[in-house]
Amino acid sequence: MSAADLFSFFYQFADVFAFLILSASGLAIVFGMMGIINMAHGEFIMCGAYVTVGLVNLGVPLALAQILAAIAAGLIGVVVEYFIVRRFYKRPLDSLLATWGLSLIVTQSMLLIVGSSIRGIGTPEGSFAVGDYTFSTYRLVLFACAVAVLVGLYIIFMKTRFGVLARATMQNAAMAKALGARTGRIYAISFGIGAGLAGLCGALYAPTMTLIPTMGATFIVESFVTVVVGGANVLLGTAPAAIFLAMIRMALNASYGQIIGQIGMLFAVIMIIRILPEGLSSVLVRRGR
Amino acid sequence: MESRHLLRIAFLGLMLGAAGFSTAQAADPSLKVGLLEDVSGDLAFMGMPKLHGSQLAVEEINKSGGILGRQVELIHLDPQGDNARYQEFARRLLNRDKVDVLIGGITSASREALRPIVDRTSTPYFYTNQYEGGVCDANMISTGAVPEQQFSTLIPWMVEKFGKKVYVVAADYNFGHISAEWNRKILKGLGGEVVGEEFIPLGVSQFAQTIQNIQKAKPDWLLMLNVGAAQDSFFEQAAAAKLNLPMGSSIKIMLGFEHKRFKPPALNNMHATANWFEEIDTPEANAFKKRWHAKFPNEMYINDMGYNAYHAIYMYKMLVEKAKSTKLADLRKVIATGDACIDAAEGRICIDPKSQHTSHRMRLISVGPQHQVTVEKDYGVIQPYWLGQIGCDLTKSNPKDQYTPNHLPKKS
Repeated sequence: MSAADLFSFFYQFADVFAFLILSASGLAIVFGMMGIINMAHGEFIMCGAYVTVGLVNLGVPLALAQILAAIAAGLIGVVVEYFIVRRFYKRPLDSLLATWGLSLIVTQSMLLIVGSSIRGIGTPEGSFAVGDYTFSTYRLVLFACAVAVLVGLYIIFMKTRFGVLARATMQNAAMAKALGARTGRIYAISFGIGAGLAGLCGALYAPTMTLIPTMGATFIVESFVTVVVGGANVLLGTAPAAIFLAMIRMALNASYGQIIGQIGMLFAVIMIIRILPEGLSSVLVRRGR
Repeated sequence: MESRHLLRIAFLGLMLGAAGFSTAQAADPSLKVGLLEDVSGDLAFMGMPKLHGSQLAVEEINKSGGILGRQVELIHLDPQGDNARYQEFARRLLNRDKVDVLIGGITSASREALRPIVDRTSTPYFYTNQYEGGVCDANMISTGAVPEQQFSTLIPWMVEKFGKKVYVVAADYNFGHISAEWNRKILKGLGGEVVGEEFIPLGVSQFAQTIQNIQKAKPDWLLMLNVGAAQDSFFEQAAAAKLNLPMGSSIKIMLGFEHKRFKPPALNNMHATANWFEEIDTPEANAFKKRWHAKFPNEMYINDMGYNAYHAIYMYKMLVEKAKSTKLADLRKVIATGDACIDAAEGRICIDPKSQHTSHRMRLISVGPQHQVTVEKDYGVIQPYWLGQIGCDLTKSNPKDQYTPNHLPKKS
């Protein structure tokens, strides 16, 4: 195997990994940690993409627009938490219905207000060649962002006071409250971070995709699958799940094409859920202790 | 309580009476056109112009006195890209609303979902998209372009201009598979070679692996048969990876207006053969565009589906007026005369009696680096001849089948 093919393998792996991590990280917090089955996850992604495109069209530089879009999605997340999600912490199955309704309302409203499609902004220039292959530099930026998101989440949830309080609240809200944690605010901020990460995903993929109101749907299967395979722990679950699924999908995509890649990935998911109903993190966390 | 209840019933009765009165008042009942087009979901951006085209045609016809003096009532339902919903809504339009004609369907999958239901009735059905061809069904009239009009023109031109090695990226359903079959057949005749074929599930939006497979196979050009907003992301990702290959398609530009939706130069060097694209610059086309944009000023692009949907209703009007009837059998008698033609914005188009498909004036267009569209070649009017050649003759028998180059009628 030539060096070019080897690099190509790494690049394809990085590409799938970035897609899984970026689309799943927000959901890992909202669904994995908080237990809210957020069917509107894709709409937060769409929100990030649309805000990015809107800002770029107003003349804002792309990178700044993407950061602002993630913040906007995060703030909307806090509002949604306050008015809707807050009522469903003890009723996880009802949260599915409520957020699904929200998702339908949002996609249909966007369709009516903004129209069925808006013009894309184009991927930032930059490509490089290895052997016979040419690659887009921006896809490696996405990989770097995915790694940065994981590092960021590690710092927030493991190294800060807020992280300790948040983990305490998710494990036992009543006890945390009794010890003086302001659980309402912690839930709101956590949901906001989850929504903001979804927005970041949309913002980062906005230049590379067709922009339509239902674009979130292309992310939602992968994000749920990654979180379910990963289990409740964001760092010890989502990240290894993404590595595992990316390896399978990349290998099958490369040898048998996209259909088999998709089938194979979902088959692996079924096997894992069958063997480890609590997800990969149930094994990894136990080992760590 | 009792009296209030009575009042309510009285009120209801009054309303019912009023409703009955108003329908009795109209001299002739209106002519009902059932329309099934996606205006939400992954294909909404191309379904919207279809709805608009139908609305525009109905408005114009009603303003000029209707069809045989009857006003046209358009009943549109949105199946949201779901084939089960297509079937459910088709039954509702046919059985409950008792529409005089059924129009619509975007993907070939939705059309094949509809056909068995329409075939059980004696209602005419218009399919208004370009498609992979081959449907030989007496209930169906196809107004879009078919492979002998699109592929038999485009593929030889691409081979001559760019080379014999082709890589196919196609959506993984009947349209993609049958179109790829056409490509293999035509390439074989030209001594060309398919160096790669990839079928992509609908909804897939990430193409880094596909792009690399293409680079490995080193084709001279790409045949792009990807469908839907998600799969269109290919163009942006291929441009970012500097794939820089010429592309051909039967559905890009005039149908999906990717050159308007993506930032240049993502669609640079794309080629397609079309009976309609908004850039056509003739007096008839310009008049048509002017009427359209007056009613729908925010339309991003008048695509060929929208154009065909508009003319399908005029086609129906012509058939009904010549037959002086709305019955399918009478309409088909008009078609059988071979003189079922209308003057469309592209020129005069006629329904072929054997296949009930439509002749079209085809042009080969290409997209430049600034996404400007130029006409490379004008083929004039091309008949939908293939079905007739292989033995489909709806004036004699009705097989209700879809034929492909590998699935031909049995010789009797």
